[in-house]
Amino acid sequence: MNAFRQSIEALIPALRRYARALTRDADIADDLVQDTLVRALRAERLFIGGDLRSWLYTILTNLNRNRRRALARKPTIVALVDSPTDASGTEAEGRDIAHALAALVEDQRSALLLVVLEGLSYREVADVQGVPIGTVMSRLARARAHVKAYLEEGRPALRRVK
Amino acid sequence: MSERDIPVTEDELHAYVDDQLPAERRAAVEAWLAAHPDDAERVRTWRTFGEQVRERYGRVVDEPVPRRLDLDRLMARRPRFMVFGAVAAVLLAFVMGGGAGWMAHTAVATEMGASEALRDDAVIAHRLYTKERRHPIEVAGNEDHLLPWLSRRVGTTLRAPDLTQFDFRLLGGRLLPGPTAPAALFMYENGAGERVTLYCTPLKVAATDMVYRDDEGTASVVWAHDDFGWVVSGPANADMLKQVAAAAYAQLETW
Repeated sequence: MNAFRQSIEALIPALRRYARALTRDADIADDLVQDTLVRALRAERLFIGGDLRSWLYTILTNLNRNRRRALARKPTIVALVDSPTDASGTEAEGRDIAHALAALVEDQRSALLLVVLEGLSYREVADVQGVPIGTVMSRLARARAHVKAYLEEGRPALRRVK
Repeated sequence: MSERDIPVTEDELHAYVDDQLPAERRAAVEAWLAAHPDDAERVRTWRTFGEQVRERYGRVVDEPVPRRLDLDRLMARRPRFMVFGAVAAVLLAFVMGGGAGWMAHTAVATEMGASEALRDDAVIAHRLYTKERRHPIEVAGNEDHLLPWLSRRVGTTLRAPDLTQFDFRLLGGRLLPGPTAPAALFMYENGAGERVTLYCTPLKVAATDMVYRDDEGTASVVWAHDDFGWVVSGPANADMLKQVAAAAYAQLETW
């Protein structure tokens, strides 16, 4: 196995961790990782250096965004009660960190996880999300404010319109 | 003014929690926190969230990696359905990107997204209109103004590929709203009453491979080329549909 593939292989556990936290579903998470790996392997000969880790996080983040966008297009029946998006949880589990993450908008969740779980620098997160660093900082700040409000007040914070 | 006197920003509080604060600002932030209990409390709360997230998901890295993520297995899978020029065009996009390999990679991931979104639109249109018995199309294939009209609205010279080798005859077409511009939908029917559609709309992405997908009985092949996205949709018959798509691509390229 060549160096490129070895480097990718070493990153699989971390990619699974990120995907799991991002989707809160082990199967969907591994689907995402699998698609990410397939894309990366297909592009092997096109990889002309750079940060492999950030590149893989970028692919995974984009694939997840597309997946959610596709889901959003499909009409679904939503119960008219205030329930967390993570339907797997039960009331007994209460308002834990996973539910708080689930209540975040996608870009905020991704920014928060890349920083606190994956240990990426703000600069790297900006590259992964394709936005200026200031946007990363505001996503991070909002994510933390929402998580705080969610856990303390027992309901998702109102999204402020700016 | 010394480092300590520069006011501490909200960004710096985050950087402090995330260990991304420049070393020379550390003392200033700590002094600030000692004097501002509210901020100190926020910083403590943020730390706790981080610990909770890591406690909840950190263990995933210790799990055995499932076999389906084995790289050798993934490599051994047959490469996805690709078509000639498209691959070269993707390569060219990278070469032209030069040292900006990073940007090019990001772009590829986004392009996959754009063409998949296009596929969703096309499949929805396919399902909606192929069910119609009386009004599947707006303008019939034998009317002279079909192609000039759709070409003008979509913004390119359109041709309806000849699919008679597959026993598919052109019924006609209609104009639809696409993701960024109008889209043309051509519909074909065979002797058995099966219908396939060809969807075309401007799509500003680099060329992509042809990718087949089966979506609960409606299959489709999507590709992008020369700033247009194309989708062939039809019954879930992979061999037939891939051949139809390849024939359509070949004819569209040679016109």
